[in-house]
Amino acid sequence: MLRPRIIPCLLVHKKGLVKTIQFSDPKYVGDPLNAVKIFNEKEVDELMVLDIDATIDMREPNFKLIENLASECRMPLCFGGGVRTVDQAIRMVNLGAEKVALSSSALNDMDLLDQIGKAIGVQSVVLVLDVKKRNKLFGSSVYEVFTHRGKKKHSKDLDVVLKQLHDHAIGELVVNDISNDGLMQGFDLDLASFVHERIEVPFTFLGGAGSYTDLNKLIDRFKIIGAAAGSIFVFKGKYKAVLINYPGKEEKSQIITT
Amino acid sequence: MISIVDYGSGNIRAIGNIYDRAKIEYNVVSTATELSKAKKIILPGVGAFDETIEKLNSSGLKAILDKKVLEEMTPILGICVGMQIMANSSDEGVQNGLGWIPGKVKLFDTSILQKPKIPHLGWNTVDIIKDTGLLRSIDSEQGFYFIHSYYYEVENESDILTKTFYGDNFTSSINRDNIYGTQFHPEKSHSNGMKVLINFAEL
Repeated sequence: MLRPRIIPCLLVHKKGLVKTIQFSDPKYVGDPLNAVKIFNEKEVDELMVLDIDATIDMREPNFKLIENLASECRMPLCFGGGVRTVDQAIRMVNLGAEKVALSSSALNDMDLLDQIGKAIGVQSVVLVLDVKKRNKLFGSSVYEVFTHRGKKKHSKDLDVVLKQLHDHAIGELVVNDISNDGLMQGFDLDLASFVHERIEVPFTFLGGAGSYTDLNKLIDRFKIIGAAAGSIFVFKGKYKAVLINYPGKEEKSQIITT
Repeated sequence: MISIVDYGSGNIRAIGNIYDRAKIEYNVVSTATELSKAKKIILPGVGAFDETIEKLNSSGLKAILDKKVLEEMTPILGICVGMQIMANSSDEGVQNGLGWIPGKVKLFDTSILQKPKIPHLGWNTVDIIKDTGLLRSIDSEQGFYFIHSYYYEVENESDILTKTFYGDNFTSSINRDNIYGTQFHPEKSHSNGMKVLINFAEL
């Protein structure tokens, strides 16, 4: 049977790995290739690496980094950051990335997803949506979509973007919850549920996990899902000492109980 | 010597790195002369069916591949789309495949009871149908990493190496004589995948 995936998400900023809190205050946590080597030994399900500078600096994807990561990775690699064209996506796949993640460029032109899918196969096209919850008057709330490291608000809200997706082919949707990023207080299961009931493709949820119990809650509720996290895989203990870690076989069987 | 075919598709370095770790000799070949000397061949593949077969056709390696595989009976392992192009055709495109093992590459049926999502993405178990050295001592419960929307439906049951359940049982690896193919990615499946690549080297 297919199993849910437990996915470390690493952020690249100024050539190092960082962990943010609500997309701000990047804290240096180490070297990307070194982290990959450790995650290899831990036999992680899959790895997601996002270059959080590329779009803001209007740079193309960091192909050298992608090549180094992909050839080192003995697990599947999803890479995002700066992807704007079909040719860039082809080059990334040829360098060994299994999945190409897009965000701002695809939000500006959804047809780009289809064009890239045609070239590299739909299964390798990942859309990442950075989402923030905004409470409205009288208790109701709305989920807004952001780009440029949470600085730029997209013209359409999450429900509209998810509706748009029905006309485009992607292999996976990653929703990154800005409001809970780095807080380690648990996933917003309402947001996960909001997305889950509106899409038909594999879904990965990121932002807020503070313990293996949080991963368990997400997986228990949605069964086959990608449970992604940053902090819990790079920090250890109350004082958040930097330590790359990942659940072993025994711990995994406690996270995946379904 | 194992030769990994470089025709512009697939993760050659990830495969090579595993053989480096296992201290097994390999080379990466991109010309007919080099390929003609291969004792074993790995055909990687990532991407869409038509793009992949077009790359192989324009690489000028197709004729020598046919000769090695069908006449000299050189063992070959196709991975993912590198396996799918061994079929006659695919729902994903209009091009003809290599036609080495009769069958058609089909899109997962999402209308069946379990309504599987497309793509089939993640780690899944395998049921070993046929006992060949390729899967010797692998952990079938640990399984392998899959990322695909299409699967190889072989015409002859005897060509099925493993089956995997995703909404329904589908053929997740194939074998006929010297020809092997896996839908899953051994180069991205940690120790289990490493075993497959080492087993292939030792066949």
